[in-house]
Amino acid sequence: MSLQTFLLLAAALFSVGLYGALSQQSIVMLMMGLELMINGLLVAGAAFWFYVSPGTADGQVLVLVAVTVMALEMAMGFAVVTALFRARDVDVTDDAGDLKG
Amino acid sequence: MQTVAFWVLAVGAVGFGVAVFVVDSMARATFALLASFLCVGVELLLLDLDYLGVLVILMMIMEMLVMAVFMIMYMMNPGGLMPMTMVHNKRGALAISGSVFAALAAGVFLTPWPERRGSVPADPTFSVGESIMGPKMLVMMVIGIAILATMVASVVLATDRGRYDRPPGRADGAK
Repeated sequence: MSLQTFLLLAAALFSVGLYGALSQQSIVMLMMGLELMINGLLVAGAAFWFYVSPGTADGQVLVLVAVTVMALEMAMGFAVVTALFRARDVDVTDDAGDLKG
Repeated sequence: MQTVAFWVLAVGAVGFGVAVFVVDSMARATFALLASFLCVGVELLLLDLDYLGVLVILMMIMEMLVMAVFMIMYMMNPGGLMPMTMVHNKRGALAISGSVFAALAAGVFLTPWPERRGSVPADPTFSVGESIMGPKMLVMMVIGIAILATMVASVVLATDRGRYDRPPGRADGAK
């Protein structure tokens, strides 16, 4: 166990999540990819706290913020999908391309 | 012992992460994501982060159970009755994520990381509690406001009537 191995795990989780976020058609599956990317960030944040500056609690607070923001992001994501589904009967990204910008 | 646990959990976390996008059923994908989060939660326990590890484990169990309901709601292939591909631009996505992983891994091993400053406190949970009730209180207050804003915004977005109630033209619309 070292900083490098933990960061490697974080990079692997981030990349798998990125693949999902880029390739999935369903908007909810796309959000699963985003969750996996943030999962990698949690590992990286905790590893940086432990191996770089364990003296202060800043790293722990950062992980706490990341966990909370992940939950908020999911709630907002599902609300947007529900609104989109109600208005246009759309649940795949290809049909919602006009939302980009 | 800890090293063995780290590698087993790391392989588990990434393996379940891959399973999220490999399994057919979106409900199964949710539980694969839950397993991945549980592995990461135990990894945090290995780093002496007792509170954050348990927080991730408990929070993700609840979040994924709620998510499973949404997954079943929006399932593209219910019960395997409509076999279909759920991905687009698979080759491009694989290339991009593969090269991102290669770049990140190279960065991990080539970057001269700073020396460790300070030592792990006897009770990291005590130090994070003291921190969020002291110098980092503003962070927690902003998070509290953000949670409230999310509650309001998600209800407004998800409700049938929307922000402006029903349109005036409809029979059941606003007068």
